[in-house]
Formats: sequence, C-alpha cells, structure tokens
Amino acid sequence: MLQHIVWTVSLALMMLVGFGWSFALLRSGIREEEFAPLQKRAYRLRTRFFWGLVAVFGVPMVYTLIDLPYDAVRVAEGSGAVQEVRATGHMWRWELSENRLEAGRPVVFRVTSGDVNHGFGIYDPDMKIVAQTQAMPGVTNTVRHTFTRAGTYRVLCLEYCGLAHHDMTAEFTVGERS
Amino acid sequence: MATPPPPERGAHAGVVAYLATSAGVLLLMMVFGLLMRAEQARFVSLGAQWFYQLMTLHGAGMVGIAGIAGAAIMWHFLNQYVALSVRILYANLALFVAGVGLVLGAVLVGGFHGGWTFLYPLPSHSLGLWSDGAAAAFLAGMLVIGTGFLLLQLDVARAIVAGYGSFARALGWPQLFGRDDGRAPPPTVVASAMVTVVNLIALVVGASILAMMLVNLYFPEFRIDPMLAKAMIYFFGHVFINATIYMAVIAVYEILPRYTRRPWKANRVFLASWNCSTLMVMFIFPHHLLMDFAFPKWMLVMGHIIGYLNTVPILVVTGYGALTLVYRSGIAWDTGSRLLFLSMFGWAAGAMPAFIDGTIRVNYVMHNTLWVPGHFHTYLLLGMVAMAFGFMYYIAKPSAKTADGLADRAAFWAYVAGSLGFALAFLYAGKESVARRYAEHLPEWVPYDRIGTAFAVLIVAAALVFAVRFLARLAHARGDQARAGAPQGAAA
Ligand code: HEM
Ligand SMILES: [Cu+2]
Repeated sequence: MLQHIVWTVSLALMMLVGFGWSFALLRSGIREEEFAPLQKRAYRLRTRFFWGLVAVFGVPMVYTLIDLPYDAVRVAEGSGAVQEVRATGHMWRWELSENRLEAGRPVVFRVTSGDVNHGFGIYDPDMKIVAQTQAMPGVTNTVRHTFTRAGTYRVLCLEYCGLAHHDMTAEFTVGERS
Repeated sequence: MATPPPPERGAHAGVVAYLATSAGVLLLMMVFGLLMRAEQARFVSLGAQWFYQLMTLHGAGMVGIAGIAGAAIMWHFLNQYVALSVRILYANLALFVAGVGLVLGAVLVGGFHGGWTFLYPLPSHSLGLWSDGAAAAFLAGMLVIGTGFLLLQLDVARAIVAGYGSFARALGWPQLFGRDDGRAPPPTVVASAMVTVVNLIALVVGASILAMMLVNLYFPEFRIDPMLAKAMIYFFGHVFINATIYMAVIAVYEILPRYTRRPWKANRVFLASWNCSTLMVMFIFPHHLLMDFAFPKWMLVMGHIIGYLNTVPILVVTGYGALTLVYRSGIAWDTGSRLLFLSMFGWAAGAMPAFIDGTIRVNYVMHNTLWVPGHFHTYLLLGMVAMAFGFMYYIAKPSAKTADGLADRAAFWAYVAGSLGFALAFLYAGKESVARRYAEHLPEWVPYDRIGTAFAVLIVAAALVFAVRFLARLAHARGDQARAGAPQGAAA
C-alpha cells in the first residue's frame, strides 16, 4: 500500500537527517582551529552529497510521473463497460447518482459541488483512502478507478467546508462482478 | 586563525516589542492547538463550532505571529547593514494588533469559522452560522495585517536598494554570474532581498483576493472564479509562511558564526541556492492544487518537480552549512545555540514528508489527511519556532558566561521530544488516512489523537519556560554585551 511506503521512506529520510545532525553534534567538542582546510574537505564531500541526492531523488521524481491520476489511460485497468457516477457535494451531504457498483469494471466519477469547495475522498472497507479529487463549484473533476475488492466504501469530505464538514459522508457498495 | 567575533548589538526597542508579542501570542495559539487536539482525543468536549473557531484562530494567529517573529529577526540583523525605518517597524506592529483585533472580533463575537485560508466562497456561504459582517471583519483583519507587512517589506526594499544599489546586487548577481570576487553581500542581505521579492508579490496577490472577496460579500453579482481564488490564496499563503522561515534563518546565519568563531559567507553556491529558492518558493504553489484536476496539468507537474528540487538548497546548502560550522568547533552549547542548531534539523527533517506529499500519486491518497499538518508542524515547531525562541534566548542573554538553569535544559529536551512526538502522531494518522480539519474523529482514530495530545502538553510546558525566561530577561535584550560563549579551545 502506497501510504505504508510513504511512511517508511519518510521516517527513514528523517532518521538519516537526524544521523547527520547527531554526527556533527557528537563531534562538536574538540575544536579544529583551522577552518579553511576543514571547509575544503566539507565542500568536496558536499559535491558528492549533491550528486547522490540528484540520483536518489531524481529517479522517483520522474518515475512517479508516469502514471498520473489525471490520465484517461487508467480506465484500461479494468474490463467491461464503464460505470459512471455523478457526485455532487453540498453543505453537508453527498449526492451520488449511483450507490451500487461492480468490482473489476472501471468506474468514472464526475465530481462537482453545488455550493463551496469540498473534497471527494473514497475510503475502502478498511477506511484507507484509495482515491480523491476536489469538488469545486463550476468545475467537474473526473476520477477514474477500478475497484478490485467488494465491500462497503465510504465517501468522506476532504476539504474544509464549515460546521459539519466532518459529518459529510456517504456510502456505496461494490459487489462481486456478475 | 580564528575570525574575530563580530560585534553583538542589542535589539532596538521595536524589535523587543515584536519578540515579546511573539512570545505571548505563540503561547496562546499553542494552547488553542492543544485544545483542538484534546477535542479530537475526546479529552474535552467543546463542540464542533468551537473547534473550528479555534482552528481558524490558530491558523491565522500562528501564521501571523510567525511573520512577526521572522520580521523581528530580519529587521534586527538587516538594520546592521542598511538603514531601516523605525516608524515603519512600529506601524507594522500597530497594524498587526489592529488586524488581530478584527480577526478576534470576527471569530469570538461574530462566530466566524471559515478557516484561516478563507477559501472562496465559504466565507459568504455560512448557512446562517455567521453574518456577512463577521466574514467582512475577518477578511478586513487579514487585509490590515497584510498591509502592515507590505509596508515593512517596501521599507526593506527601499533600504536594500539605497544600500546596495539594486536587488540584483543584493542577491549577489555580479558574483553569481561574473567573477566571484568574494565581495558578495552578507547572507543576511541576500536572504532579506529574497524574502522581500517573494513577499511583495505574495502580499499584493493576497491583498487583491481579500479585496475581491470583500467586494463579493456585499455585491454578489461581482463573481470570482473559485479556481482563480484558490490559486491566489494558496500562492499568498504558501509564500508568506515560507518567507517566515527564510527570514528567521537569518538568526542561524548570524548567530552560529558568533558561537563557533567561524565565518558563514555568501559564496557562489550559497548565492545560487538562494536565487533558486527565490524562484522555487513562488512556483511551487501548485502543489496545493494537485487534487484540482481541472488546473493546468503542466503547472501541477511543475509543482511536483519543484517540490523535489526545493529540498536541495535546504539540505545541501543551509543544513549542511550549519553542520560544517558546528563540526569540531568546540561550540559552547547553551539553550540559544542548541535551539538554533535544532532548527536546522527541524527544517530539513520536515522537508522530507513535505516533498513526498508533493508527489502527485502520493497526494492522491494523502492530500488533506493529517499527513499535511504532520509535515508542516515539523518544520514550523522544530524549525521556525525553534529559530524564534533561539533568537530570544540569544538576544536576552545577560552575558557570554551566563549558564543555563536546569529548567532551560529540561525545557529544551521536552520541546524536542514533544514536537517530534506530536508531529509523528500527525504523520502516522495521515498514513492511516485520518482526515485533517475534523472536529470529531472516528473512534478508531482517537488513540493517535491521545498520543498527540500528550506530546502537545510537553510542547506547551516547554514553550512556557522559554517565554517566561525571555520576558524575565527582557531588560538585557537592549544591551550591546557579548552573548556567545567562547568555543572550547579557541585561540584567544
Ligand atoms: C503546541 C503546539 C501546537 C499544537 C498543539 C498545534 C495543534 C494543531 C492542531 C490540532 C491543528 C489542526 C489539525 C487538524 O487539521 O485536525 C493545527 C493546525 C495548524 N497549525 Fe498548529 N499546533 C501547534 C503549533 C503550531 C505552530 C507553531 C504553527 C505555526 C507557526 C502552527 C500552525 C498551524 C496551521 C497553519 C494549521 C492549519 C490550520 C487549518 O487547517 O486551517 N501550529 N495545529
Ligand atoms: Cu467538507
């Protein structure tokens, strides 16, 4: 699951930063009076550090651009006729044109809002986000997703919209493919 | 050969007023934050309306006070290179206080809870929960605060041009693009010039959208494109809050060299990094709009890419530079130098979950979860606020020999542990898909909230010690005494 990878990688990177700082801290005690030679060594190491960063960050930066949620190609993931759902946010409820979907068949959500900004967040049966887009007045955003698991999914609002923002939820079920 | 320590000037009374205001407001806003977290943890029950009112105050108040604290640091050091106007310094503080009054009135009396980002058209669509007057007072308050900062930045721009001839020179272009004759302006001037360029643009954009929304409130026929409004608000908000860090980091550039007796010069790499940051901080804002699929896609991809690039100057130049300075320096650690060293860690560490969230595919499942407050509280608490408290400790230090008490040491470590734990509780909840800005959490989310609340108590307790210590030593802040302790084993 993506969230898990993100958490692990972030934690690892933060710890690496922590190691760097601990290293300098633990070696801050004994003074090397001549700064220029020390600085020269540090600059040489920095150049390597820079290229290391470019390599380590550059690859995922480009790689993750390959499959963007904006692209229509995602529909190709599933098979069979596309199921279309119109979703409109209102303060503070969701209006879904469809609340029974089938797993394995691509779904296209057309998301908009009748009043203020909302966020259309799809939570799987384990309450983990699988997809989202903004619901904005005057704009229709399209989310393409193919559900692989049957079960009850929930829609939570993911953009602050006032007093009952946290109560703005809806449900739909994804059934086994017939 | 050791560099002789530069003189250590006392603070102007205006700067002291900024800092005292910062200490008080920071503490109050932290208490509001604690109350919010305790509400989510179900330790208290204030109700959703109070939660969202506190959220609006906490967001606006923290961003504003970070601006005040950052401006105090920038003004204090920049004024040693160029001649700044004292009257404008006070004018900004007066406008800030007036604006805060309007915002407090809007929220506490008028019940406004449209969020500090006042996303259009929420302020005018309250379903009767607040009046147009309350919304207008909030927007006007923000406008007044912004106007104060605009004045301050204009004065800084004037002084920089008077002192260095042009922004190009202040940003070190002759050395960056020509021969590096070693005579680039000092880091403080480069950083101030960068902040001024980006903040002037951001404040004008922010004032424009605030004015447009004020007109729309009373003349609804004057329509605003919600996408344009969102882009303008996030551009303004992103640049302004980031500029507070770029102002506050001046404290690190100026103070660590005094503690380590080692110079921090603006060489070519430094200049390149700050000039790149100037552009990046402005063009990164689409990373707030990654889930607005209708926004021009090339701009979203640009946001994704700049998010990655933006970490390079933070890690490779500023963070690494601080490590080089401290390594084998014999630095005399006290709470001031500790907090400043910590602040560089906090900034760099917080940038990690930040740029990862700016990855479009990650944003697709983590946008507007608690991951977001998770990363920005890391670099605001452990970065920006550590710089502010570090500067307060430094400037109010009675003498170079003053030793820390047990309370200061305990508070420092409580602050580190509290902030780390608090931010990690947010990040972990974000991994678990917990939505941000929810007054009430699902039962399965509450355990993370409880852990977060416990750590928040530590932060508030530590900040109380920092603030009380600063206020108790206020009289020393104005003196020209040496403050930085001599490094161990330094040549006399
Ligand atoms: C004791 C320290 C702090 C505590 C306990 C705290 C707590 C919180 C909480 C609970 C939230 C709402 C999270 C949610 O979305 O559910 C929040 C949001 C926020 N905090 Fe803090 N915070 C603290 C320090 C800071 C500092 C130092 C800053 C800035 C300098 C800051 C800036 C913000 C901002 C900008 C938001 C976003 C508000 C919004 O979503 O509209 N906080 N904080
Ligand atoms: Cu909402």
